[in-house]
Amino acid sequence: MTSSPSTILRKAFPVPAQPAPRGRLAAVAPWLVAACIVGYALVAGGYPATVVGFALIYAVFVSGLNIFMGLTAQVSFGQSAFAAIGGYASAILTTQHEWGWLPAMVAGLAAALAAALAIGYPTLRLKGHYLSMATLAIGLIVHEIAVEWESVTLGYLGISGVPPIDIAGYEVSSDRAVLIMLSACVVATALAVARIRSSRLGRAFAGIAGSEDAARALGINVARYKLVSFLLAAAFASLSGSLFVHVVGYVSPEVFSLHMVILSFTMLYVGGIGTVAGPVIGALVVSVLPETFRSFRDYQDLAYGAALILLLIYAPRGLAGLFAALDTRRKP
Amino acid sequence: MTATAGSVCLEVRDATRSFGGLVAVNAVSFQVARHSVTAVIGPNGAGKTTLFNLISGAVPPSSGRVLFEGTDVTHEAPEAKAARGLIRTFQLVKLFPELSAVENVKVGFHLRSRGGLLAALLRPRAIRDMEAAIEDRARALLHLVGLGSAADLPAAALSYGQGRLLEVARALAAQPKLLMLDEPAAGLNGDETARLASLIRDIAEDGTAVLLIEHDMHLVMNTADEVVVVDFGRKIAQGAPDRIRQDPAVIAAYLG
Repeated sequence: MTSSPSTILRKAFPVPAQPAPRGRLAAVAPWLVAACIVGYALVAGGYPATVVGFALIYAVFVSGLNIFMGLTAQVSFGQSAFAAIGGYASAILTTQHEWGWLPAMVAGLAAALAAALAIGYPTLRLKGHYLSMATLAIGLIVHEIAVEWESVTLGYLGISGVPPIDIAGYEVSSDRAVLIMLSACVVATALAVARIRSSRLGRAFAGIAGSEDAARALGINVARYKLVSFLLAAAFASLSGSLFVHVVGYVSPEVFSLHMVILSFTMLYVGGIGTVAGPVIGALVVSVLPETFRSFRDYQDLAYGAALILLLIYAPRGLAGLFAALDTRRKP
Repeated sequence: MTATAGSVCLEVRDATRSFGGLVAVNAVSFQVARHSVTAVIGPNGAGKTTLFNLISGAVPPSSGRVLFEGTDVTHEAPEAKAARGLIRTFQLVKLFPELSAVENVKVGFHLRSRGGLLAALLRPRAIRDMEAAIEDRARALLHLVGLGSAADLPAAALSYGQGRLLEVARALAAQPKLLMLDEPAAGLNGDETARLASLIRDIAEDGTAVLLIEHDMHLVMNTADEVVVVDFGRKIAQGAPDRIRQDPAVIAAYLG
């Protein structure tokens, strides 16, 4: 706090902060459900572990997207580009140049941030949907580069043989080791988002989300904070891309297609946009849901679609919001 | 520093703004002294809000100058003016509806606090202390404007009048040198208006200059040291409230 030219606050008596009456259960419930899903995959191993592993990678990606779309209320259709940059950097540097996974991941992060800066700096100053259009373009451009730059990316063939991540000489390659590593990544990501959300930075994002005019009138540099938000989203996207290629051992252009964008939007809205738990529970439920309908055979997609529609009708604020609503309803 | 610095907080010189053929604000000049409350009044459509937007930077003037504490700030962006201590509220309340009342006020502390991404992630002791101080002061500000009991309600759940008071509390959080209030009493009941009037006097006595646009003549006459009257974009009178009340040009403008 800087010194104040005004003493008006001294006249008001200090009111002790009262914690908002909010249900503990509502805050914990999404995490319990997430822990149950991951726990089941840990025990079961095999195919469930693969599905949940992908979901956890998506949880990192969607958490980043949530900083830009949820906390700051902007729209980006091109986050897949930053995941592709991170993923391809990791794949190319570790297979073709014998880099370690960590420096390769950092190099991918730097490249993704540079790309986000190059596209975000000019477009985030504009009002309206220019940024959304620009992000859609960069998603398509990066996809095209991955397809056409065959000497490096091997085009549609893709890059295989990407080594797994090793930590202090221990290769993270078994189903359970991968799940534990990815869970740690998701917890760290969620913690980071929670801390950003309740900080001065997060309040600047919330100000932009609420009213750009009011934010500017309070001295918030809207263009600068939008850029910071965009860069943060790109960083998480890049890290998730790197995680993907190390876990799967393979990368091709289809991995980071428009389908990834649609899936991540679904996860964000089903889970609860703007919340910390939403992207995590959203990624897990949207990934696991189609599998639970596998016995429906031909009607699997239909059942999945119907389930999504029901979710959006009965939980318009997402699953994270649903728990909170149920919790307040029980109160007198 | 120019000759006008010193006791003058804000000076508007020949501010003019036209929209196509319509001259919304026509060569308006006036000064706002420190420790004072200046009110801009005028019939609907007289150009008061456009004048406000010229001063706050929301709309650039076609010609004329705006000096804040002796510095020419005519072409600065709203956030740059805010950083200098020129803080405004809006005629149509612009709250952050998803946030609670106290969180709205905490956003107002942006200019009076520090910390970016690293501070958010690492949360060192100094930042935790700062956050605790902001929380306490935000609640104290809500108490000051009479919203102490509504602190944890979402802003969207507040009444129109409460929303206005919340906007004043949020503006005060930025510790302005000049507080610009655009029709702060609109939608307030009698009690709330009386409380606002005494709050505005307190703010001015603390050293913050106040510039308000207001329709509520009772509030203007009770709080303002100086009244600027505009009609059809032009300044038609200026002076102490008692003198303005008897000014023939003002009476003509209001009574047609």
